[in-house]
Formats: sequence, structure tokens, C-alpha cells
Amino acid sequence: MRNSFVKKLAVGAFASVALLTLGNRAANAETELTVYTAVEAEDLKKYAAKFNEDHPDIKIKWVRDSTGIVTAKLLAEKNNPQADVVWGLAATSLLLLKSEGMLEAYAPAGVDKLDSKFVDTSTPPTWVGMDAWVAAVCYNTVEAKKHNLTPPKSWKDLTDAKYKGHVIMPNPNSSGTGFLDVSSWLQMFGEEGGWKYMDGLHQNIARYTHSGSKPCKLAAAGEIPIGVSFAFRGAKSKAAGAPLEIIVPEEGVGWDMEATAIVAGTSKVDAAKKLVDWSITKKANEMYNGGYAVVAMPGVAKPVEHFPENLLEKMIKNDFEFAANNRKRILGEWQKRYDSKSEPKS
Amino acid sequence: MSDAAQALKAGPAPTVKPKISRDDWTMRLFMGIIAIYLAVTLVMPLYAMLSKSFSTYKVDLSGYGLQVDTGSGWGDETTLDAINAKHGAFKASDLAGSSDTRLSPLALFPDFSFRSPTKYRLKNLRPDVVFLFGSERVADAEWHEYTSNDFRRISLRPVKDIGASNYLRYFSTPSLFYSIYNSLFIAAISTLITVTIAFGFAYALSRSCMRFKGFFRLVAMVPILVPSLLPGIALVYLFGNQGVLKDLLFGHSIYGPIGIVIGSVFFTLPHAFIIIQTALSISDARLYEAAVSLRASKWKTFWTVTIPGARYGLISAAFVVFNLVITDFGLPKVIGGQFNVLAVDIYKQVIGQQNFEMGAVVSVVLLVPALLAFAIDRIVQRRQVALLTARSVAYEPTPSTRFDRLCLLYCAFVAVFILGLLGMCQYAALIKFWPYDLSFSLTNYNFDVMDGGGWASYGNSIKLALWTAGIGTCIIFSGAYIVEKMNGFTWGRGIFQLVAMMPMAIPGMVLGLAYIFFFNEPSNPFNFIYGTLGILVVCTVTHFYTVGHLTALTALKQMDPEFEAVSSSLKQPVWRLFSRITVPVCLPAILNISIYIFVNAMTTVSAVVFLYSPDTTLASVAVLNMDDAGDIAPAAAMGMMIFYTNALARIVHLLLSRGIVTRTQAWRAR
Repeated sequence: MRNSFVKKLAVGAFASVALLTLGNRAANAETELTVYTAVEAEDLKKYAAKFNEDHPDIKIKWVRDSTGIVTAKLLAEKNNPQADVVWGLAATSLLLLKSEGMLEAYAPAGVDKLDSKFVDTSTPPTWVGMDAWVAAVCYNTVEAKKHNLTPPKSWKDLTDAKYKGHVIMPNPNSSGTGFLDVSSWLQMFGEEGGWKYMDGLHQNIARYTHSGSKPCKLAAAGEIPIGVSFAFRGAKSKAAGAPLEIIVPEEGVGWDMEATAIVAGTSKVDAAKKLVDWSITKKANEMYNGGYAVVAMPGVAKPVEHFPENLLEKMIKNDFEFAANNRKRILGEWQKRYDSKSEPKS
Repeated sequence: MSDAAQALKAGPAPTVKPKISRDDWTMRLFMGIIAIYLAVTLVMPLYAMLSKSFSTYKVDLSGYGLQVDTGSGWGDETTLDAINAKHGAFKASDLAGSSDTRLSPLALFPDFSFRSPTKYRLKNLRPDVVFLFGSERVADAEWHEYTSNDFRRISLRPVKDIGASNYLRYFSTPSLFYSIYNSLFIAAISTLITVTIAFGFAYALSRSCMRFKGFFRLVAMVPILVPSLLPGIALVYLFGNQGVLKDLLFGHSIYGPIGIVIGSVFFTLPHAFIIIQTALSISDARLYEAAVSLRASKWKTFWTVTIPGARYGLISAAFVVFNLVITDFGLPKVIGGQFNVLAVDIYKQVIGQQNFEMGAVVSVVLLVPALLAFAIDRIVQRRQVALLTARSVAYEPTPSTRFDRLCLLYCAFVAVFILGLLGMCQYAALIKFWPYDLSFSLTNYNFDVMDGGGWASYGNSIKLALWTAGIGTCIIFSGAYIVEKMNGFTWGRGIFQLVAMMPMAIPGMVLGLAYIFFFNEPSNPFNFIYGTLGILVVCTVTHFYTVGHLTALTALKQMDPEFEAVSSSLKQPVWRLFSRITVPVCLPAILNISIYIFVNAMTTVSAVVFLYSPDTTLASVAVLNMDDAGDIAPAAAMGMMIFYTNALARIVHLLLSRGIVTRTQAWRAR
């Protein structure tokens, strides 16, 4: 009886034991790096495979989500970081992390070969850039024709009443692309002019999406004629056969860069350094060039299919520090002005 | 056992109470374990969230020392607070903020010019105070010298504080508190429509002699098997700008309240249907006979007999639906457009703006209507029991060609609505490139090149569902057994019962957020489960605890307490009774609990959306993320995979319970 009682106790404790085993993580002989990223999901396998050609002993475990979510996750885990490396997150987000003291300063081998625009200003730098990620307008020619629209040439054109209800853009509160649009308008048109412009644009917006790639995918699917998104996404959708035209507004376009950094406190510093070293090699830059027309290492970039040609000249002189330090204020103001567009629309 | 024995020996001075037997100690021990489980997985996280909502941030100007050099050497040391007191540049509300607030001190210096030769020295006076130079964090206690040109790059960072300022800000931000109205509005409308449709459906099934009743009963249950996002995706394909039935909306946009309401009706219909059907099935045929003999018209009978008889069921269904709609997150996320609701606000605050404190505030706001609806429902359900009497005669419908046809037509209409939405999803999932290339292809099933974790997340979901069903059923059933069959210790059982009922009132979003606050704290001993499948299992078990608990209680209440008496007089320990009698007798209920948990673990989004990690991406969350990225067809494809899995699980459950019932329940049909 005593025996069975013990057995019973064991059965009863089954649940907690099971939970413990669930909680344990498998330990591998090879180093496994947890890498947080906002790089498009379809590219991740390629990135890891290219990296493993040179470093087969380091396994990458991707955590992929949109820019806002990855940033939120990293900030939430501030006191208990789960990531070892951030590879492919907006520089504005990395600046936020830097100001929380969450990034390990490290000058990767060969950092001097990069365009200085793409390297953090501190010495040693806390992050290094990969490529630029440029805003653009995806314009569905088939749907536009149905509505008798002509392609907009500039940002200002988009405030024209004929586009009313035909434009979708990402919500800057959740999307990095949305934020770079807003911050670029504020930088190009000035604080007052920027908000005035957005007041006008808001009249034409059908709705704001959560992610930055969705407006272009919606335009590609004909759900909306005009999607404010980024050039890379537009080129991909165009390659997939969507009747898209990728428009670079003539005033200039906002951009952000994807960048790499080591998370402070990681127990795998050596592997993390190897990854960051590799992330700025010529080979890596050529890889980034597969989807991005502008990369960190000068002289590497070749034109990308379906990318608008004049993109590079149209990139504004972006003040990342302004963007990062005023992010909170800009988003608060944006939310106050446009997020209360909540009345039941009928 | 030895513990229990020792506790007995070492117990306090002898009392006149009946001796507590060893069995009682065993049960108390187990109840203690399960109570601790509930405290750790429910009560403490909620407390952590509540305190988070009162945790605020403000820029503390008194923490910064300042010296200014206008060309004639460094002036007196002062603090920014003293300067602010002089000029009043910042009001208290300007200084309040959230964890990512950055405040430029320039407003304190009215004649500041970045060209002037004036120099500034800044120092942190306390260790918790920090400022930024550009994005460089300055946290030491040294003086730092800046030229005017550099000084404009300074931002002050906030320190932690406690207070109600988060709530103040919430209720003074229209875009936030307007969501309360929106949430209540769509929940009320959806409730009205769903309960009406469900009542008609249940009425047709129980009061007519139409054909295909079994089929319709099956169809009505289908929406339970899919995540609530799926009807949203179907609606995009049906009524979106490229939708096949777009013209039916007469120019109205599906993105907004219309879409949310239609989708809500879809996914809440089975819940309302089950409750109303039960209410209609217990009606007493004698009342109808009386109505007929009194020559009451059909119409009058309906309003004086049928409706009053089902009123508790209707009220209960209404509150359940209301609660489901107001706490649902997936559907408004997919189809809500610019129509903000509370559940999505939590997501936006936390994920989009990294404002965890405000997320906690919205969670608390969302808790209020959810708790109210829940409390009213509990009170109403308690009364429902009193309706049943031993002398009731079951109502048998009589055939009537016209009425039966009408019912069939109505049910067919509802069935087309349900199956149509699902069918649309499956169709869209197989289309190559909507709407420009309508050829069939399987490219949308290539989940691995899309957001959401690929096929691995599908595997994870099944793993989660199996673990949750296994562990959850054990915990829930044992908990219910102890509460129901234990002797004495009334107050302990009362508290346990209350805590066990709580999960039903807690929206999934709120639970998930509470788990971040509680389990991600490094000082928490349970911190190790953060980021693992374990936390998802624990969260899901807790989220769906109540319904399982009620199912188990119902089954256990049917068992005569004599069993316990006989077993103890035969000197049999309680665990033997439990494993030899109770579990086999209650096996159908136990199976029902596991399938309920399995299906819900497959479809849940709200609770786990904050908790999944790279290793534990889930299919339901993948649906959300793929839709978010604009990959709507793959999202539909994954949603349908969940449906097929759940349907299969249902079939297995059916076969299993049939087999088990014939083996273990033979005694019932004597």
C-alpha cells in the first residue's frame, strides 16, 4: 500500500516534471546563436546558408518578426535578454536599444571598408549597417485604370482628392516603414509642413495597416490601387507577376538601414563577433544586394531587377538621431491626430 | 504519506473535531498543489499586471545638476528642477511619460541658441537618473561638459514612479478611450444577431420534424474548430475590394464594424447554439398541451411558453457571446480596418509602441465588461437549474410540412453561411495569385518562406495541443474531484472554486500580457519556463480551465457520495476509489475535457501571441502574422490546416469515446 501511495504521488507529480523537461533547452555541441531579425522571411534561409558556408560550426536560430515587434520584444527582455545578436533590424530601433545600454560595442574586422553613413558614430561602434531600405509607392496599374487614376509623381500628389480612399499606408506606431515615411516627411517638409501634409494625406487613406509590407502586397493583390510601402517589397511583388509600378516620389524618399549588433550580456560573444564580422564582408554585401539596391560597402551594389533606377539620388539625408530621439513624441502626435479615425465608417 | 502522518502526530493540542483521516490529508495535499498551481498561473500574474498598470515613468528634474558658463566662468551649481521652478517651462503632465520617453531640456533655457558660446555642464545626481547625449547613454555621476551646439542633443530619460497617471492619460486620449465605446458597440450588435440566429437554428432543430438534423447539428459546431481570424480572412475574399460578392455591400467597406460583426456571428454561433439548444430541450411538453387545450394561438404559445422557458438560456447565451466578442482579438485585427477595439489596442500598445504600462491599463479596462458579463452569466445559470422538475415530460415535435420546410430552408441558409465562409478560405488558399492568376497551385502552402515560422509552427501547435490536453485534463479533473468529494474544509474549497471559475472571465490578451510581466522577471523562480513550450502549455491550460472544470464537476455530481462512504468503510484509500471507480465512470467527461482543450489550444491566438518564442511559433499565430504581412492566401491555407486537424481530432475523439463507452459504460444501459 505504501508503495502504491508513492506511485500515486509520482503520477500526481507527472505534470510538474513534464513541465520541467519542457522547459529545458537542448544543448548542442555546435554553438547556436539566437538572432533577432526583421529581414523578410523568404530571405532568412539564404542568409543562414551563406553564413554557414564560412562558419559551419555556428547555427543560427532566427527570431523573425516585423520591426516594431522585434524592437518591443528586445525592450521587453531588457533585464533578461534572450537574443545573442540582432542581424537586420532598423537602425532607429538599434539606436533605441543602444540608449538603453543593451548593445555590446564592437568594431568588426573590416568595418573601415564600409560607407561611414552605415556605421554607428560611437567608437567602437555599437552597430554596423547592412543595406538601406527605401520607401516607395506601389501602384497597381490595372486597378488604377478601373478608377481612372493617373500615377502620382510626388508625395504631394497623393493628397489630391481623386485618390480619396485609394491609398493605404502602414501605421507608424507598429511599422518601421510607416515611421520612416512619417519621419522623412517631417524632415523634408519641416515640422509644421510635415503634419499639414499628413493631414491632407489622411483624408485619402483607406486604412492604416499594421505591417509595412502589407500595403504593397495589398496593392499587388488589387485590394487597393496605391500602397505606400518600400521599394524592395514592390520589386518582389512585381517579380511575382503583380501589375505594379514602383513610384519614387520626386521630393525624395525616407529610408532606414538594416543593421547588425551584438546584444550585451550574451554568453556567446565569440560566435556573435564572428557573425558580425561576417555580416559586413563583401560576400554578405553581395548577398544583401540580392534584394536591396543600396548596401553598406561602396562599389558592391549592382542594379536590382524591377527596382526604380533613380532610387539612390532620391534618398533623403536621414537624421537617425532625430528619428530615434523624437520617435516617442512623433508617434504620440500621430496617434492623437489620425488613430482616432475610429467612428464607425459606413 | 510520512509527512501526513508526522503532521498528524505533531498536530496541535487535541480538539473535539472529527479526526482527519489519512485520505483527507492526501486530498488536502493535492488540493494544495493544484491551488498553488492556480495561484502561480493565474492570481500572481494578474497581480503583476495590475501593479504594472500603476507603474509610471516621469522625468525627475531634481536628479540633474547643472552649471552654465556664459563666458565668465562656471556659474553656481543648480538643478534643472530649480530652473523649472523659476520659468515653469514644464508642467507635471509634460514630465510624466512612459519607459521610452525622451525629454529635451532646451525649453528650460528660453534664450538658448545653438550658435551661442555658452557652455553647459550636466551631472546625474542620483544613481537611477540617466540622460542621453545623442543616443549615448550617460549614467555616471560625473560632470559632462557640452557646447551649446552639443547641448541640444541632450535628452533626459525618465525614472520609475508609482501612480495613476497612466489611467489619467488613457482617459484623456480620445483615440484610446473611444475604443471602449467601439468594443461595447460591436459586442452588443453581434450578441443580438448571434443569439437571434442561434435561437432560430436551435428552435428549428428541436421543434420541427425536418430532415438532416444531424447534419445541421454538425455544421453548427464547425466554427469552434477554426481560429477566429479565419472568418475575417474569408470575408476579405468575399467582400474585400477584389471580393467575389463585393457588390452585396453596396459600396460599404467590409473593413470595420460590418466585417467584425459578420465574423463574430460566425465564430460565436456554436457557443450560443449549444446553450440555447440545452435550454429548449428541457422545456416541458405539459405546458404546450395546456396551451393547446386553452386554444392559445401558435404565436401566443411561442411568447408565453417557449420564450419564458428558454429565457435563462437566452440570457446566458447572450452574455457568453458578448464576452467572446469583446475579448476577441484575431478577428478585429484582420478585418477591423481603422475601427479600434480594446483587445487590438492592447496588442498595438504592447507590440507596436512598446508601451507595456499602457497595455496593462487597457487590459484592466477590458477586464471590467468581461468580468461583469461573466458575473451576470453565473447568476443566471444558477437559476436555470431550478427549472428542471422530475415530473417534466419531454416535448416531441409533430410533423407539419410547411413549418418543417421553412425550418429546413432557414437551417440551410445558416449552413451555407458557415460552410461558405470556410469553403471560400479553402478556395482562396489554392489560388495562385488572387485575383490576377486564378489557376490552382500549392504555392500558398510553402509556409517556410513566409512569416510565422513555417511548417514547424504547425507541428508546434499539435505538440502544444497534445501536451495541453494531457496535462490540463489531469490537473482539471483532479482539481474538480477534490473540490466535489472532499470532506470539510469548506472555506478552502470555496476559494478554490472561485479561483477555478476566474479564467473564464479573463480575456486571453490580458492573461498573456500578465504572463510576460510575471514570468519574464529574472528574479521569478519560474522564469526558466519563459520562452519555452512550457509557458504556452501552462497559459493555455489556465486560459481554458473553467469549462473543463465545470464539465468535470457536472460528471462528478452525478456520482453518488455513497461511493466514498462505502470505499472508506471498506478501508480503501481514496486514490484506489479514484482510479478504479471515479475515472472509469467519468471517462466520457474526461475525454470531452481533453478534446475541448485540444481544439482550443489549436485555435487560440490571444493568450499566446505575447508568449511564443522562435522555437515555439504556433499555427494560429502564423495565421495572424502571415495576414499581417499581407500574405493572406497562405494565412487562409494555414487556417484550414488547423480546421482539418481539429476535425480529425474530433473524429478520433468520437471513435475513442464510442469504444470506451461500450467497454466501460456498459453498466449504464442495464
